[in-house]
This record gives sequence, C-alpha cells and structure tokens, in this order.
Amino acid sequence: MSDIQVKTMAEFAAEGKEPEILFWVGCAGSFDDRAKKITRAFAKLLNKAGVDFAVLGTEESCTGDPAKRAGNEFLFQMQAMTNIEVMNGYNVKKIVTTCPHCYNTFKNEYPDLGGKYQVYHHSELLQSLLEEGKLKVEGGSYEGMNITYHDPCYLGRGNGQYEAPREVLKQLEIDIKEMKHHKENSVCCGAGGAQMFKEAEPQKEEIFVFRTREALETNPKVIATACAFCNTMITDGVKFFNKEQEVKVLDIAELLVDKVK
Amino acid sequence: MIMQYLDNIIFILILGAGVGYFASNIKKAIRNIKLGKPSNRNDRKEERWKNMLLKAFGQQKMFKRPIPALLHLVVYLGFIIINIEVIEIIIDGIFGTHRVLAPLGKFYNFLIGSFEILAILVIVSVTLFWIRRNVLKLLRFQNPEMEGWPKKDANIILYFEFVLMSAFLIMNAADYKLQVLQYGHYFFEQGIVGSFPISHYLYNILPDNPVMLEMIERVAWWFHIVGILAFLNYLYFSKHLHILLAFPNTYYAKLPPLGKIDNLESVKKEVQLMMDPNADPYAAPAEDEGEPERFGAKDIFDLQWVYLLNAYTCTECGRCTDVCPANQTGKKLSPRKIMMDVRDRLEEVGRNIDKNGEFKEDGKSLFDYISKEELWACTTCNACVEECPVENDPMDIIIEMRRYLVMEESAAPPELNMMFTNIENNGAPWQYSQLDRLNWAKED
Repeated sequence: MSDIQVKTMAEFAAEGKEPEILFWVGCAGSFDDRAKKITRAFAKLLNKAGVDFAVLGTEESCTGDPAKRAGNEFLFQMQAMTNIEVMNGYNVKKIVTTCPHCYNTFKNEYPDLGGKYQVYHHSELLQSLLEEGKLKVEGGSYEGMNITYHDPCYLGRGNGQYEAPREVLKQLEIDIKEMKHHKENSVCCGAGGAQMFKEAEPQKEEIFVFRTREALETNPKVIATACAFCNTMITDGVKFFNKEQEVKVLDIAELLVDKVK
Repeated sequence: MIMQYLDNIIFILILGAGVGYFASNIKKAIRNIKLGKPSNRNDRKEERWKNMLLKAFGQQKMFKRPIPALLHLVVYLGFIIINIEVIEIIIDGIFGTHRVLAPLGKFYNFLIGSFEILAILVIVSVTLFWIRRNVLKLLRFQNPEMEGWPKKDANIILYFEFVLMSAFLIMNAADYKLQVLQYGHYFFEQGIVGSFPISHYLYNILPDNPVMLEMIERVAWWFHIVGILAFLNYLYFSKHLHILLAFPNTYYAKLPPLGKIDNLESVKKEVQLMMDPNADPYAAPAEDEGEPERFGAKDIFDLQWVYLLNAYTCTECGRCTDVCPANQTGKKLSPRKIMMDVRDRLEEVGRNIDKNGEFKEDGKSLFDYISKEELWACTTCNACVEECPVENDPMDIIIEMRRYLVMEESAAPPELNMMFTNIENNGAPWQYSQLDRLNWAKED
C-alpha cells in the first residue's frame, strides 16, 4: 500500500469542493515505470507541503504535444479541446506538471483554444514551496557530491526557465557542475519533437549518447534533470557507457524528497 | 561643351543605373516575399523595436562567439562609417568638385583619418575571415550544402571588401602625394587636406610623376565608387543581403516563448465544428468559402511571408547547423540547408513569374529540395532558433512541412502513425489503458 494521499477532481467535486491546484501527471508520469517514481516523489512533496491538490486520474488524456510536433494539428486540437472541456468543467485555475512538454503546451498553446490557466512546472512550485518554508530541507544534504543538471528544451529554451530547477538544487546545497553546454546552449536529449516514439534517421550516433557523453565529462555521481523524457534518454545514455553502477539519473523532485521532513 | 562635362554625365549615368537596377531587384524580392501567407507579426511593437536594436544593430547574438563577433563588428562598422565618404564621392562625381567637404577643416581630417584606420582594420578582418574559411576550414563551412555557389559567394564578398578598401587607401595615398606636390586642383590653399595615417605609408611606393599619380588617383576613385555600386547590386544575388534584411527580419522575428507553435486557424474551425453538439453535420459549406486552405506547407506559397523573409536574410553562417543535435550526430538534417532551400525555391518561383508574368505551375515544390528524412530528424529543441544571429526560425518551417505530410498526404513514418492511433484510442502515445492512469498512486 502506498503512503501517498491523492484525490481526484471527481472526488473533490462529489464533496462540492475545489482543490487549489491540479497536478497534471502526464502520460510518461502515469505509465512509464521509471517516470512513475518521479510522479510519486512529487506527490509526496505536495503531501508534505500540505498543498491542496487533485489529479484527473482516469479523466486525464494526452495534451496532444507529440501529435502537434509531429505535424498532426488535427489530433492535437482534438485532444486540447477535449482536455479544456474537462478542466473548465472542474473550474481549474492552476495546473502543475512534472512534464515540460505538457507545461509548454498548457502555457503557450492552450490559451488560444480557450484554456487559460496559471501553469507551473514542478520545479517552479517546489522553488516557491521551499522559499515559503512549506518544505524544509533536513536530514543532511548533498554537499560535496558531484551533480550536474541537464536543461530540458521545453523548460529552458522553450520557456526561459533555467533558474527554478537550479534554485531547488541550490537549496540542497548542491554546487552544480555545469556541462559544457547548458542553459540556452543546452543540447537536446533526443526525445523531443515526437522522436521519443520513433527510430532515429540514419546517423553516426544517438543524440542521447552525444548528450550523455557531455554529462559524464563533468564526472558526476548524479545527473539531475526535470523531465521524464530527458530522464529516459539520459538513463539509456548512461547504460550505453556502462556507468549505471556509478551514475544515477534523478529528477529534482527525487533528489528533494529524501531530504525534506 | 559636352566634353567638359563628360565625366559628370558618365558618373550620373552609372550612379542612376546602379541604384535603379538595385531598386528593381529589391522590388522583386519584396514581391517574392509577399507570395507567402499572412503573418501576424504586428503585435508587441516595443519588444520588436528592442529586438531589432539589440540583435541587428547591436549584433548581440554574434557575441556568443567572441572572435568572429569582433571581426564582424569591424567589418560592419567599417561598412557603415566609411560609407559617409561615399556621400562626398557622389557630390564630387555629380558636380565635378574635388573633396567638397574639405572646408569642414579639422573635423574633415578626423573623418578621413578614421576612415583610413577602419579601412585597414576591415582589410585585416576579411583576410582573417578568408583564412578561417579556406585555410583553417572551419567545420561549419564544410557541410554539403556549402559546396559550389555558397562557398564561392562567401569568398566573393570577402574579395569585394578587400579590393574596395584597398582602392580607397590607394586613392587617398595618390591624392596626398599630389597635394604635397601642389599639383593642379589637388592643391589646397589651406595646406594638406585630410589626414592619412595609413595611406601615407604608400607615399614612397607611388611614382613621383604627377600625371601618373593623377591617373592612379582617378582610376582608384572610379574603381571605388563603381565597385560600391557593383557590390550593392551583388547583394540581391548573395547571402550578403543580410546587411539590409537583418533589420526587418529581427523586427518581425519570433518572440519568446520559443516553445510556442502557432495553432492552425483552419484546423481550429474544423475541430470546433466537429466538437460542437449543435453543429449540423449535413450543412452545406458557406458559399463564399472558396477553395479549402491547404494544411501545412508544400511550397513557398503555403509558408507565412515572414519565413520567406527569413530565407532571404539567412547569412549561411551555419551556427544553427553547428548546434543542431540531429546534425551533430551525423543526420542529414541541417537547419541552414532548410533556409537555403526555401530561398532557392523562392527564387526559382520568382524567375518563373519574371518569365511568365504570373506563376506557371512547374510541377515542383519545396519537397524537391527538402527530403522527408531531413524533416523527420528534427527534435524541435529550438537550438537553431536560439542560435541564429538574425533570428531566423528554421524549426517552424520544418513543422509546417510535417503538417503537410501528415494532414494532406498521410505520410508520417509508421511509428508515428502508431503513436497517433494510440492517442486517439486511449489518450496516450503508448498502448496503455486510460483506466490505468492512477495506478502510480497505488504502487510503491
């Protein structure tokens, strides 16, 4: 049995209540075994901070991001309008998500289709929970440990959010060893633009190998990131270099969850 | 009588022809850009002006790589400032005067002196640029799309600049020596006019015969101004067009957030109709609707005009390709090639219109230039857009062409079709049941 307290929007509605914020889990966060751990870590953090949140559960569906970036605007807009109908039905005002792709789509592409929400990436919410003191780092930190951070494209270049995840890591006394390419010059993990769902074109090497090589050059114990897809790709990269014993690939929520009371 | 003014007349004719031909080509470029679809880039005016000031005028993005940025800045400043001298040349040419601005006195000396220093710096810079391209063979100038004309084009520009600056210095050197020799109209009552911090080094190399010197001075003078006009007219055929178009291009650029991709309005209408429970599925389409709009881009006509402006502005520097994760890992996709292909096709359509009065179907499209393999390799990571010094957007062109492939031709790779089907059937890109969405909360 899980120790996570999570209610659905439907359960809130049945009680005649509305939660403060919707936690949009996303497809990877719901189905991918590795990503589910990130989802659980973040939900635990929300519990610890006493955030009044709900999920859509079985009413959640794909935002349509991979369809849109693969050129299927029809499918994207069908998904978007259906999701907007569901969310507006529950009077959703705020959304938090651990997926930078969902985040970008909600933030930038849904408003034009009638879905206007305050959208947060989990790094942004965690940063403010730490700042407000609702989450307190206790029980030792990662001081002195070599940790690097990989910027997800749709959080960084796509939306200019480079600082929130770094601030969260800073709260853990992590002195980030930056890769050669970081922030606006960061290199993609290779999953975006629907690449996650297809084989790569003829090539010399996989993009995740290219990016992971750069990450490993910082000689890290942990490669931190803030996106389930980046996590998958870089984990594959670490395996490619046979480093999975020495190097962990972790989401910022996972790094945080062990260290807060 | 006519003979007396022959020089002036020839000058005015050359000047008129040079400016006229250039203007007619610019008109063509504007006509070609307008072949694109409407683009809503008239919002956020203040940000747009700021963007232009920083990125075009201030060359902010160039400074991501300091060495070429510095060299480029020298050539750019040289180009702008030395062109003040062209004002004097034009007045002298039309009215048959000589150094008409000389009465400015000390300020004139200062101007001519700084032009000379800039001229020599430009010569040094273009020489270094030439070495980077041809001796050091920087990797990003060696991609397949640079073979042939693009490589030649880049070198021609450098030769032009080298020769123009040299002519300017030789002209000044000969003029200075003629002033010292107090020869003919080169003699000024007030003494030496202008200052020649660089060209005076050529003093001893030049002949002492004033007639020969005058010939050298005249040839260099004519060469300089005719060269400038020739260069001006070369722009239209070259990547060097960016010196003008970088300004409107940065004004109309995609502003942040870069992650946003526009929602297709034509699709929006259809989806809204599909989802409207009150819509009459058998309703006849409105009479004035005309031909349904094409989804995505097959040809340049389907692209927003701003992408066509992007293509004309592209300087082929290859920074986009240099940072493209697909290209860096050996895939065929090169964002620079996408921009160059759009321009090549646009110019082909333009020539078609020149010949036939209007566009005559030629059975070609952008897909004759850009392959599906290139289009499907893009991760939409925005590295190319972030990197481009003139704020081009190769990524949105790729998305537009993917849209055409998917929505008009149903030609997505099979794995992506599978992903679409999964989203349609179970609301996720993978084959998992929507009913299992909350399982994560029960597991540990």
